Amino acid sequence: MRFLVTSAILAATSAPVLAAEGTMFPPFDTSTFAGQLFWLAITFGTLYLLMSRVALPRIGSILEERQEKIERALGAASDAQKAAETSASELETSLAKAKANAQAIAQEARTKSGKEIDAKRKTVESDLAAKMIAAESAIAETKAKAMANVEDIAREAVEAMVETLTGKKPTAAAITKAVGAARGE
Amino acid sequence: MAAGNAIDPMHQFEISKIAEFKLFGFDLSFTNSSLWMVIAVSVVSFITIFGTSSRAMVPGRLQSLAEMSYEFVANILTGVTGKEGMRFFPLVFSLFMFVLAANMLGLLPGSFTVTSHIIVTAAFAVLVILTVIVAGVINHGTHFLHLFVPSGLPALLLPFIVMIEVISFISRPISLALRLFGNMLAGHVALKLFGAFTVGLLGAGAASVFAPFPLITAVALTALEFLVAFLQAYVFTILTCVYLNDALHPGH
Repeated sequence: MRFLVTSAILAATSAPVLAAEGTMFPPFDTSTFAGQLFWLAITFGTLYLLMSRVALPRIGSILEERQEKIERALGAASDAQKAAETSASELETSLAKAKANAQAIAQEARTKSGKEIDAKRKTVESDLAAKMIAAESAIAETKAKAMANVEDIAREAVEAMVETLTGKKPTAAAITKAVGAARGE
Repeated sequence: MAAGNAIDPMHQFEISKIAEFKLFGFDLSFTNSSLWMVIAVSVVSFITIFGTSSRAMVPGRLQSLAEMSYEFVANILTGVTGKEGMRFFPLVFSLFMFVLAANMLGLLPGSFTVTSHIIVTAAFAVLVILTVIVAGVINHGTHFLHLFVPSGLPALLLPFIVMIEVISFISRPISLALRLFGNMLAGHVALKLFGAFTVGLLGAGAASVFAPFPLITAVALTALEFLVAFLQAYVFTILTCVYLNDALHPGH
């Protein structure tokens, strides 16, 4: 009712100005009100029924389904990511293990070969030392032999020189004495 | 002036009968207004029902439009009233779509703007306020009356405050109805005036060089009217939500 009153007031104040040519200002023409209300009730009622019964439940279910699907996909994605992360960490640990293994093997091989080399070197060294000692003793023997020969040669030389100079053979004792004196220097 | 008939900005609001129909002495003829109501409902139904008939997971254009409208109105409603306001969703959605469709269709040249008649906007406003009152009483019984009696008020001020609250409540449907009606009416009158002015200038000899100016204004106004058409539907909807919020949560 309020609205009829309000519109009537507005119509009374503005209609004479706006409807200068004698025609009524259409929005305030009350003879059309019943028809407009009638058709508005029918059309808006139809729209309300169609929206509340058909359109809105359908759109709501479409949106809900999509939301669920997105959430499901996101969940699956995060699961897959977790699986990938665990397998990555597994890979890392096995890699680390393999690395450690490899290092251990390498270390072992190194120490083993080091020992072998040491052993070989030692045998070679001792061999060489033995050979050196043998060589040294051979040299000493040769030297002694040579020294003995030198005494004989010196005696013969002394005998020959004394015989040539004096005309008589010196005694063996004198030669020994002379050679020994010479060697004593 | 020859253009006297052309410059009749009220002509576009006249209701003309298409099919006569009388019931109990009331003139319920099918008019151009009724026709555009039917067209508005058809357009909205086409988008929201035909557009979503494929229930596509990846929506096409029409379905996107329907979904966007759904989410737009649902966001307004839940934003203002909270989750429990979704009970009124069909009503609010129908109101928004009907008003928006009527406003937009009214901008088609030669069409009729359903919402430019105060009886239509008043009917919507009454529908909204009746829904608020009925839902408020059903939900809260006499507690709904606390809407008019703010708590913690000195007894001396009470009568005045209650009076102010009652007046503000009564003025809600009036402002709701008049705002939509006035915006639609004024926009179309302005469009018509500038359009007619352009035509009038063109037929006025040397003065016709000025004809482009009202034409440019009319073009700019048309763009503005599209904004207003949407904005008024939006404002109507958001105020409906605000009033419905009182029915759900009375008291300040």
